[in-house]
Amino acid sequence: MTETLTDKPTFKIGDKTLTSRLIVGTGKYASFEQTRIAIEISGAEIVTVAVRRIELDTTKDSLLNHLDPKKYIFLPNTAGCYSVKEAVMTCQLAREAGLGNFVKVEVIGDEKTLFPDNEATLEASKLLVQDGFQVLPYCTDDVVLCKKLEALGCVAVMPLAAPIGSGLGIRNPYNIRLIQEAVSVPVIIDAGVGTASDASRAMELGVDGILMNTAIAGARDPLKMALSMKMAVESGRLAFEAGRIPKKLYASASSPLEGMMDL
Amino acid sequence: MKLTINGEEREVHSSNTVTELVEELSITAPNIAVALNCQVIPKSRYPETPVKEGDQIEIVHAVGGGV
Repeated sequence: MTETLTDKPTFKIGDKTLTSRLIVGTGKYASFEQTRIAIEISGAEIVTVAVRRIELDTTKDSLLNHLDPKKYIFLPNTAGCYSVKEAVMTCQLAREAGLGNFVKVEVIGDEKTLFPDNEATLEASKLLVQDGFQVLPYCTDDVVLCKKLEALGCVAVMPLAAPIGSGLGIRNPYNIRLIQEAVSVPVIIDAGVGTASDASRAMELGVDGILMNTAIAGARDPLKMALSMKMAVESGRLAFEAGRIPKKLYASASSPLEGMMDL
Repeated sequence: MKLTINGEEREVHSSNTVTELVEELSITAPNIAVALNCQVIPKSRYPETPVKEGDQIEIVHAVGGGV
């Protein structure tokens, strides 16, 4: 019995079969070595990377020298893109750089909040699906939008919990629940998680996974937080599968009332 | 010949194709990708893709990033 309980069943995003429901970013770490260890501890199978210009005239080390492509599925993102054209080209460059066709599309619409430009995200996702990519779009927690993204062929939807890097946790759990019920592709919470309880709470809502970066990389001890997040995601998922008790206003004793002594 | 590479104007001497340009710049980073005048160039076409005076070239790779 214990074995079946700790056995984590697999699930799919696009053509990838996965066990871990935690997807991690590779930014903001102190070193490539710390990135490597934190990711290993997190148990993540998918890791996000960004695509940027190489620095000319240096022989600087490269992230990919530290992450085994046989061990991880890369999810290049289009972070920093503000237009459909930039996002589409970034994905095409990523594919050409050997990072595969699994992409996280984000088209930013506002510098301060880093909220996505949903209209541009829809357009970029459509073009990329047509070009043979498996698209995971970063989007707002909007049911209608997520249904549209699913309809045009995205392999998952990735609504934000709160602004990127804010650590505010899930601001609107009701919307996340509604999205979860409205679409049949996996729902991955993308951005906004601050600590382990945020991750657990998200998983308890029944989402399929969580993508985070800053919450781990920005913690005082990123390695401890990587383990904490791994456990929180697993724990929250188990709680969802187990089914929580309903909330009640009054107490309900858990010790029997029969057999009480006359004292 | 003057090219704009990653936003920087540069003089190259012995590069007539993308393959030769990557060699001349001594790029050692693994897994690079190249865009020439906003067109992504497939790796297999580097040897036959010419670079010309004034071309805009982007050479990219994967870096740490998350959300």
